[in-house]
Amino acid sequence: MKNSIAERVSDFLKDFPPFNLLKEKPLLEIAEGVNIIYLEKGDVLYEKGDHYHDYFYIVRNGAVSLYHHAVEDNTKHMVNINDAGDVFGVRPLINKENYKLTAIANEESIVYGIPIDVFESVTNKNVKVYKYLITSFASNAYDPYTAEENTKIFVDYLPNTSQDIVNFQSANYTKNPICCKADASLQSAALQMSEHRIGCIIVVDDKKQPIGIITNSDIKNKIATGLFPITTAVKNIMSSPVISEKKNLTIADAQLKMIKHSIGHLCITEDGTPNSKLMGVLTNHDIIATLGNNPTAILKDIKRATRTKTLRAARRQANGLLKSYLEQNIPLTHIVNIISQINDAVTMKAIEIALEKMPTPPPVTFSWLALGSQGRKEQLLFSDQDNALIFEDVPKSKYEETQNYFLELAKLVNKSLNKVGFEYCEADMMAKNPAWCKSLSEWKNQFKDWILNTDEKAILLSSIFFDFNHIYGNQQLEKELTDSIYETLSRSSVFFRFLGRDALKNPSPLGFFKQFLVEQDGEHKDLFNIKYRALMPLIDAARLLILSKQVRGVNNTYERFEKLAELEPNNKELYESCAYAFKALLKFKTKQGILHNNSGKLIELETLTKEEKLKLKRCFKPLHDIQEALKLRFDLANF
Amino acid sequence: MNWNWFFRKKYNDDHPDFWKAYVDSFDKKQRKPIQETRFVAFDTETTGFDKKNDRVLSLGAVEITNKTIKVNNTFEIYIKQDVFNPETVKIHGILKEGDLEKVSELEAIKLFLAYIKNDILVAHHAGFDYAMVNEMLLRHGLGKLKNDFIDTGVLFSKSKHIIYRENLKKHYTLDDLCKELNIAMTDRHTSIGDALITAIAFLKIITRLDKIKILKWDYLMK
Repeated sequence: MKNSIAERVSDFLKDFPPFNLLKEKPLLEIAEGVNIIYLEKGDVLYEKGDHYHDYFYIVRNGAVSLYHHAVEDNTKHMVNINDAGDVFGVRPLINKENYKLTAIANEESIVYGIPIDVFESVTNKNVKVYKYLITSFASNAYDPYTAEENTKIFVDYLPNTSQDIVNFQSANYTKNPICCKADASLQSAALQMSEHRIGCIIVVDDKKQPIGIITNSDIKNKIATGLFPITTAVKNIMSSPVISEKKNLTIADAQLKMIKHSIGHLCITEDGTPNSKLMGVLTNHDIIATLGNNPTAILKDIKRATRTKTLRAARRQANGLLKSYLEQNIPLTHIVNIISQINDAVTMKAIEIALEKMPTPPPVTFSWLALGSQGRKEQLLFSDQDNALIFEDVPKSKYEETQNYFLELAKLVNKSLNKVGFEYCEADMMAKNPAWCKSLSEWKNQFKDWILNTDEKAILLSSIFFDFNHIYGNQQLEKELTDSIYETLSRSSVFFRFLGRDALKNPSPLGFFKQFLVEQDGEHKDLFNIKYRALMPLIDAARLLILSKQVRGVNNTYERFEKLAELEPNNKELYESCAYAFKALLKFKTKQGILHNNSGKLIELETLTKEEKLKLKRCFKPLHDIQEALKLRFDLANF
Repeated sequence: MNWNWFFRKKYNDDHPDFWKAYVDSFDKKQRKPIQETRFVAFDTETTGFDKKNDRVLSLGAVEITNKTIKVNNTFEIYIKQDVFNPETVKIHGILKEGDLEKVSELEAIKLFLAYIKNDILVAHHAGFDYAMVNEMLLRHGLGKLKNDFIDTGVLFSKSKHIIYRENLKKHYTLDDLCKELNIAMTDRHTSIGDALITAIAFLKIITRLDKIKILKWDYLMK
């Protein structure tokens, strides 16, 4: 019998994951088993401790909230709100356990109950569907109490740490190389090479084992010179025997072998000897291509650079590297380490180039500081440059002269960093600005003033200036400044409350019914600002907490959270979930930035898939929790 | 003495078994709490609005138990009819021939009665649908429907607070209800689509009534 309602139900389901991954027929089969459930506001769909239903749920209209219900003190703690298209209540079905959360209609709602047995039989082999559900239920039930379990669930989503990196550095050879027979004419071989635009052709026997090779240089040296006629047989001029290797050899090994035999081509054969079938050919060029996407090569280029132009090329290459790392799902911590090393190297080199351009060597020693995201070593894409300079104390009479020298130097450095691709800071927080190019004592006074006489401006600046990192010059200066700052911090408590208030200025990025809070007006209307709404609150919270703990030398936001987890074992889950959320959000921003070729901070929500939105939302929970924790710790409720 | 006259017979001996079973089922019928009661929301598509001359083209129904509608137990049937009115095709879209699988009127009655059992029927402006089905039954020599029925149009007026009743429209169409109760108008003017909309409207209205603490059987059935 015709079932129009099932058709309508499947029509709705097909737009939402995981159902969007299913074909029409299985989807209709699921739809036929659906229960349409009407809930009025406050109706309980299931309660913590209830035996699991035979259905999991997707919201059709309205919204359903999930609560963590603490029996001890009978408090309810909202974990998530599901709105139209959100799937929930899956976990207990898969684990065959009682409900751990309570589901209550947040408003008048219609919910579809999806029968798990039909769903399982229909999606049996669909790995994608299963993975989505796992992500979904992990995210829906996300709260610090289950964080540990989540990492277990996410195991197959996390890249296996070292394997990818090793693969990345093993040489990629050309498979199915162009071949010819030994008695073929040289001309026909040359025509083949020309047709395929290649520099070599492998001569093989009937068993497809390599017996020789003809390269461009053979043709140049033996034919063009008139040594052999163009009609000669290939076997007369080929280089033989060939040098061969097994596949999966590392770049280092391949390079060694080429240097040893002074050749540019290696034959890859089945067992590594010329007496087995030919599988491919590895050329010098393949190695260069692979190396080009290698951090060591990029760093080497940077170190060798004598001009800004070379630096720019190297930094561009780093962007390519970043992209391929992200595609390969290499752990973000690893990516961040490499890219920040490259950024630091670029800055160092820019300073060295600038120093050479100066008419005289520096009158006294100095320390070049990276601030903001570069200072935190979190800068993945090109962004604004924020930097400052400390120079050694000089007699008052010499101060102006010395400052002028360093301003001149900074101007050159800022200019060349700009050429490389780092935009000038809009707020002019750069070493070429006299306010950010001072002697050690002046800097100490400046920080004292900010900390002890805190005002809005000081707080604004602190978000950039408390994340500094020494890049070049005399590190002792930076150390002394840090000592002085921590000493001053220990005398002020109100400063932390100011920082705390600042950290709370952007509340949870989700509004009613889990809608993302988007920009209200201006040119970015309706875009979601991931930097201000999601990353900054975490960065601010980490800075405040780490400063209040007087921990030094940890600038990176996720490292700060990891350090905090170590220092406060009772809040371990919270801090770890913050570290995780930060990494996920940064990765998200970076991917968006690469996709749209910008900083990635503004996201057009419509371009995101349901799955991506889910992942984003998942990161907001720890954000909310850490802000609550700050409120309590720094007594900010009425501040 | 003709006992038959005194104990009015429920049905004739030559009535088909399915009718006898249907009628008998009302003997032991007892009211259960509203939450456990099965309601059947239904709708008909007809060739027109003349009870005597027009015919039912399709019957759609969904069951509601404890605020839940089971998709795999919905009722959707198309009926072979000789009466045809090209004028109404543009509303219901059912062609005289067409490729929908159709059954005879008697077969439709049999299936429909088996589906609704002795449960409470819910329809929008139930009087018309009820009457159309009764005409179908009479054509085949059977009695009238014995089920209690609730009219969502009437129920909706009741759910309005007394101070608003003066301004009430006399006649609420299903479209009006959709707008007031915020129900998506998908599949309007198919019997099954309207049945589902009616079911959801019914659930929404009794929720309102529940809130004003008057959801009692007497009230609902009055």
